[in-house]
Parts: sequence; structure tokens; C-alpha cells
Amino acid sequence: MKRTKEIILEAFRATVPVMAGYLVLGMGFGILLRTKGYGVGWALAMSGFIYAGSMQYLTIDLLTGGASLITAAITTLLVNARHLFYGISMVAGYRKLGKEKPYAIFALTDETYSLVCQDDQHPNPDDYRRYVFWVSLCDQCYWVAGSLVGALLGSIIPFDVTGIDFSLTALFLTVFIEQWLSTKDHASALIGVIASVLCVVVFGPANFLLPAMAAILISLTVLRAVRKEDAHA
Amino acid sequence: MPDLHSALMVAVVALVTIALRFAPFLIFRGSKQTPAFVAYLGRVLPYAIMGMLVVYCLRNISFASAPHGAPELIACAVVAALHLWKRNTLISIVGGTVCYMLLIQLVF
Repeated sequence: MKRTKEIILEAFRATVPVMAGYLVLGMGFGILLRTKGYGVGWALAMSGFIYAGSMQYLTIDLLTGGASLITAAITTLLVNARHLFYGISMVAGYRKLGKEKPYAIFALTDETYSLVCQDDQHPNPDDYRRYVFWVSLCDQCYWVAGSLVGALLGSIIPFDVTGIDFSLTALFLTVFIEQWLSTKDHASALIGVIASVLCVVVFGPANFLLPAMAAILISLTVLRAVRKEDAHA
Repeated sequence: MPDLHSALMVAVVALVTIALRFAPFLIFRGSKQTPAFVAYLGRVLPYAIMGMLVVYCLRNISFASAPHGAPELIACAVVAALHLWKRNTLISIVGGTVCYMLLIQLVF
């Protein structure tokens, strides 16, 4: 079992790639919110309790566009349905968690998920448990700090940061490559990419997530059945 | 202007998001052992999800109109090349992001 200080340092190092993206996107969110007449308290409440990047941006549209509560609920359901996926894939892994489990589940964003979903560095459950907590907390701190600064000060970055949000794409890509190199079985990775690309083409970029998730689930189920049959044959 | 309706809306968005995040854990909470199918998904889903997330980030690229997704594709190639070469997440991400920022600010 590692010392807590060591775990915090490892979690901080792992979340550095998330920091730039979250600070800047969080700031962008705070600035946008402020221009629509919602101040620091709103930024804090939304980044503290919703804590879902793209949905928070969308919520600004919903707030200013006079949407109904039902519309807001359905939009959230559709945009954030992918979080069901993260949960399903972490049901087994997060059994190792103790009192930090509720917070870790609440704070399971895309980026946090990419850092905790396959952790070979922490075979000791007690290390993993604390690592997950500190990664989750660090990530949310970046996000809250970014949105606070944005809401308080507006744009204070002295140079052009257009495109810095690519860091999150790059993060997912490196995790994808790392996973690819870690196994000889690329069936699931290929299913994820191919199903998603097909669904973007067929359903369009705005509506592809739900069909893609369904296609991935069905494909993985079929794959399991076929391989079981092979194993028995 | 901020008002009660706005506050309720923030609450609704937060609650639905929280419900989505907790649902799988609540559904499979009872049994001491994770059902075999869910355990299977836990093993294989991360690969598919990361593929899906990469596509999600690149979903708005238009190949039909200029610059035909060139900045994104070049930057992704840089990330992949750096990562295969150094296997250092930070180098891959910083390198790819700087490359992307230069491309869209100065080139395209």
C-alpha cells in the first residue's frame, strides 16, 4: 500500500492533460454564462452540481431560450446517456471503492473515465480506491476553477487559445492507442470506432451517440455469444 | 434574467445527470457478485468507449468543405506518431495540441 502523498502526486500527474482542457473550457463556460447575465453563483452551482461540460454549455442555451423543464430533462437524458455506459463498465471496478464511491460516481466524466477505466498501475485495491478519488477530485477542481475565473474576470488569457480544447481529443486518442497496444484482441476497439463512424454518417453528428451506443452493445453481445460457441465447439 | 425557473432548470439538469451516473451502480447493487454479462461489459466496453469518444470529439469535421478536416487529421496523426514513439501521454497531448493550435490559427 502506497502513502497517501504518493497517490495524490500520481493522481495529479495523471490529470495534468485534463487540466489545460478543463481550465480553458471551464473558463469559456463561465464567460459565456456571465455574458448572459448569470454570475459567479450560477457558475459555481452548475460546475459543482451538474459537472458535465457539453451539457453545461447546452444548459446556457436552454436557460436563455426559455425552454421548459421537461425539455431540459429530455435534452439532458439524451446528451448525457453516455454516462450510463461508463457506469456499466465500472460496476465491477468500483466495487473496490469505499466511502469515496458516491463522489467518484458523481464525478465520473468522460475524461475521468478515460483515466480510471483500466488502471494497471494500481493493482492494490486500496491504492486504486484512493487514486480514483484524487483523480476525480483534481479534475473537478480544474473545471470549477476554470468556470469561476471565467465568471469573475471574463477573458484574462493574454494569448490566443483557440484550439486548446483539442487537448481532450488528444487525451482520448492516447488512451485509445494505449489500450490498443495493451491487447491482441482489437474486436471491441474496432466495434467502437466502426459503429460510431457509421452512426455519424447515418444519423448525423448531433444524433449519433444513442444509436452508436445501441450498436456497440448489440455487437458486443453477439461477439460474446459467437465466441462462447467457438469455445464449446 | 436569473430567476426561479432558471434555478429549477439547473436542478433538473443536475438531477438527471446524477441519475444517469448512478443508475448502473444502483441497478447492480444488490448481488454480491457482478452478473457475468456486466463483468464481461466491464472488461470489453472501455475499448469500444474510447473509440466512440475519439469519434465523438471529431464528429463535427466536414470533409466536404475546406479545410476538409485537415487540421484535426494532421494533429491526430501527430498525437499517434508521438505516442507510438515515446509512449508518454503528456508529450503526445501537448505536441498534438500545440500542432493543432498552430494549424488552425496560422495555416488554415
